[in-house]
Amino acid sequence: MPPAPQSAPQKPLARLPWKNLLFGAALPVAAMLAAFLLGAVVLLALRVNPFTAYASIFSGVFGSLSGFTQSLVKATPLLLVGLGICIAFRASMINIGAEGQIILGALGATAWSLAFRDLPGWLLLPGALVASFLAGALWGFVPGLLKARFRVNEILSTVMMNAIALQLMNLLIRGPLIDPAGVAAGTYLAQSERLPESVWLLRLIPQTLLHTGSLLAVGLAVVVYIFLWRTTIGFRIRAVGLNPDAARYAGINVPGYQALSLTLAGGFAGLAGAVEVMGVHHRLLEGITSGYGFSGIVAALFGGLHPLGLIPAAWLFGSLLVGADKMQRAVQVPSALIDTLLGLVVLFVVGSAYLSRQWAARREIALSKQGKESEG
Amino acid sequence: MNEDILTLAVVTGILTSAIRLATPYLFAAVGEAFAQTSGVVNLGVDGIMLVGAFAAFYVTLQTGNVWLGALVAILVGLLMGLLMSFISVTLKAEQGISGIGLYMFGLGLSSLLFKLLVGTVQTVEGFRAVKIPLLGDIPVIGAIFFQHSIPVYAAFLLVPLAWWFLEKTTWGLKIKAVGQNPAAADSLGVSVDKVRYFSVCLGSALAGLAGASLSTALVNLFQENLTAGLGFIAVALVYFGGWKPVGILAGALLFSAVNAFQLWMQVLGANISSDVAVMLPYLLTIAALVFATNRVRQPAALNKPFERGEN
Repeated sequence: MPPAPQSAPQKPLARLPWKNLLFGAALPVAAMLAAFLLGAVVLLALRVNPFTAYASIFSGVFGSLSGFTQSLVKATPLLLVGLGICIAFRASMINIGAEGQIILGALGATAWSLAFRDLPGWLLLPGALVASFLAGALWGFVPGLLKARFRVNEILSTVMMNAIALQLMNLLIRGPLIDPAGVAAGTYLAQSERLPESVWLLRLIPQTLLHTGSLLAVGLAVVVYIFLWRTTIGFRIRAVGLNPDAARYAGINVPGYQALSLTLAGGFAGLAGAVEVMGVHHRLLEGITSGYGFSGIVAALFGGLHPLGLIPAAWLFGSLLVGADKMQRAVQVPSALIDTLLGLVVLFVVGSAYLSRQWAARREIALSKQGKESEG
Repeated sequence: MNEDILTLAVVTGILTSAIRLATPYLFAAVGEAFAQTSGVVNLGVDGIMLVGAFAAFYVTLQTGNVWLGALVAILVGLLMGLLMSFISVTLKAEQGISGIGLYMFGLGLSSLLFKLLVGTVQTVEGFRAVKIPLLGDIPVIGAIFFQHSIPVYAAFLLVPLAWWFLEKTTWGLKIKAVGQNPAAADSLGVSVDKVRYFSVCLGSALAGLAGASLSTALVNLFQENLTAGLGFIAVALVYFGGWKPVGILAGALLFSAVNAFQLWMQVLGANISSDVAVMLPYLLTIAALVFATNRVRQPAALNKPFERGEN
């Protein structure tokens, strides 16, 4: 790569970041459009009108206050999971374990709230959040430790941890945590007892599901941004991800920071489990993750692995998930369509990263040529 | 009850199931070994298996022809392999995330098609058991090894075939060269991209077949997320088997034996929770990864996209 020009008078460099930002946003959007286009082809082949399907997604979200607030409710766990994914990916750790970490977080919050239900609310509620963070973090720490200590591929170990967490939850909500009311009624529903009202997250708009967890998530996005870009630990995490060899040379404990990033990722996914339990369902039940562990990855990639970029990305995918449910009910197109499209979005986003790198390199060369011409 | 639970009949039953259950692991893991030997980690195996399983199931349901079902599953696997190679070889994308994208795509697509085209869980008439003459009549041994369906035999035959292909043919050597030192292979006129496309597509076709073996030879039905992460375990088996077909065979048998044991214990009503039992293979996978990762040297260029003139 040619050295960057020291003095390029006619092209003010200050304008570049804006261009880059636009460019950075254009690619994911193009990837999304491409995925929906391909989805339309699939729908046509299945004799479903893609316009009706897509229109019902849109009207499902924007057609009513309940639809719109639901998109924010679904964006909340996505944002929290995505924040964790950002931290891990920045240390080039691929965390596929958010599903299991959400489950652990939900278990932690539920177990804490039920065990210490007599505590005053100001202690019980934050305690539940901390419990969920720690439980999720534990589920991230294990693959982190295995990676640091034995160089075990974290993708595979986190996938296995997901399966183990799922069975653990099944075991607990059919056993020790089962709702005594269900046992008394003889239904034996696989769900926990209802949580004490003092840990319920406050509803922001009456008659809707929107709860304070959404505000917490946005606040944490800012915290994670500051953490990654304004603290030493955050800097080291990013350094490990950018160039592990250089980081090692600079004296950074590379495996340690990789393990730390996975642990933190688990903690944030755990919080996502807590807001689902404390803000939406008020109890632990089967299917608590709703696949957020995977859609959170998509949101994180879409948001450019940046905590602040993640806020709109999480809302976008929250809307898509709500729209997909409405579509399923309104025009009987299975919501699995959206899961399919999310997979394509991932493929297209990571695929286009190479093209954008190439274009960026080409632009840089063109720019430096211009610089040289103006010098000479 | 625990003393007399392991009678000869039960042990025979467990071992027969173990051989049968090894089938999808073998197809998928040997296929993945091809891809990884060429330097590409394809984590989308589970997604390919799901789409393959659905394709084989649906074609069999419609036509009654299991062979056609398996063929379509292979073709579908091939197509998904092309997609994976395009993203990870031509566009040089991060292989881990591309694989997860492919997995999500396959999981979603198979659920979508299942809900739209079939709707309810139903069974098909899958591959029938074929008793091998003479060998199949040997007491105990015959029942364990020689009374299975064609895909089961095929999966076990694939092991020596894959070994021969990787060790004794020019193409096998090219695949290994490209996975060890793509720059050197490139300078000798081997097209790195072509070899990687070939390996990933071959592996994906086998993953499609693995799915078909699951839905039309083992359980003879399809449901959402039928594989339940089996494809990921198959990827782990490649590490465990040290990228060698024989090692993969050992790993697949170990896993299927644990699985068969767990299933039979549930059938017999042994005093272990089914949730704990279902956890076993996953716990075993993690243990296997810990045990295997530092023991064997992986292909040097694993997980690294190749760009001319970079090294």
